[in-house]
Amino acid sequence: MAGTALRRKLIWQPATVTGLVAETSNTRSIAFAVPDWPGHRAGQHVDLRLTAEDGYQAERSYSVASAPGDPHVVLTVERLDDGEVSPYLDDELRIGDEVELRGPVGGHFVWESTCDSPVLLVAGGSGVVQFRSMLLHHAAAGSTVPMRLLYSAQSRETLIYADEFTRLGGSGGIDIRVTLTRKNSGTRPGERGRIDRDFLTRTGLPPAGEPLGYVCGPTAFVETVANTLVDLGHRPERIRTERFGGTGTS
Amino acid sequence: MTTFDGNAIAGTLNAVFGGEMTTANGTCACCGATEPLAQLRVYRDAPGVVARCAHCDAILMVIVEKRGIACVDVSGFAALEEPAQL
Repeated sequence: MAGTALRRKLIWQPATVTGLVAETSNTRSIAFAVPDWPGHRAGQHVDLRLTAEDGYQAERSYSVASAPGDPHVVLTVERLDDGEVSPYLDDELRIGDEVELRGPVGGHFVWESTCDSPVLLVAGGSGVVQFRSMLLHHAAAGSTVPMRLLYSAQSRETLIYADEFTRLGGSGGIDIRVTLTRKNSGTRPGERGRIDRDFLTRTGLPPAGEPLGYVCGPTAFVETVANTLVDLGHRPERIRTERFGGTGTS
Repeated sequence: MTTFDGNAIAGTLNAVFGGEMTTANGTCACCGATEPLAQLRVYRDAPGVVARCAHCDAILMVIVEKRGIACVDVSGFAALEEPAQL
């Protein structure tokens, strides 16, 4: 029916909170039951709308953290202290509460399990959120293409999904490399410092394999990483970027 | 001021144009660069959304929504593709 499918009109739908998981001291994952969720692709986004008692509304865009096959839609929200929406989502929202979601949206920063290219994911901080969706999708689909995640966080305490990523790192084709950027980020073994040219050369995938690259994080991080990948011989058209995606904006 | 890119306004674009627009190409009328709208540089701190060219910083699009009505100015584009089917 693909040829005759009607374009689905994007509407706001009620979403009920069914689960809350504290990921770090200022980040939590929220699972929603959405009765008419049409399904999403790994890497897509959703808009969330809150309505106050006086009718005032606020909207934000979030990356979907759950895999396409998951029964719930999971968003991971980082609390920005001067924000209008994220403090409510992180501190006030309870199981059973209702918000409105509109989506899924976006077709640029998505990964399909039918794609047979190796995949290089590069995340700065909360830019890692939609990579969780891609990694879980890779595992659930039984994909065997190499999928490598390079993930930089300030410290071990600010790593999102640390336990999940440890488990996923053992499944076929998935390889996760974490680096900690803060100066005093402990003495445990592991990579330290930013994702720079040296790190990408040592731990990235070779350009000769024509991997698909996905880079997500703060704007400066994305520009630096994407430019370095091109310098290292990756073709620009194979690199998809998203600036400051992930856990939304204020 | 925080910069986002076009991925962050996928929902707004879909609501305004009636389909997926982040993969649609837009051509800057100022410098001639053609990029998917996902690559727009987006500022959302203003009363509306301001989207600029990633190459020359020209303003390509402004969207302001008020009382359920969206005012859309796309005069910065020399060309803009139609929305794609997801």
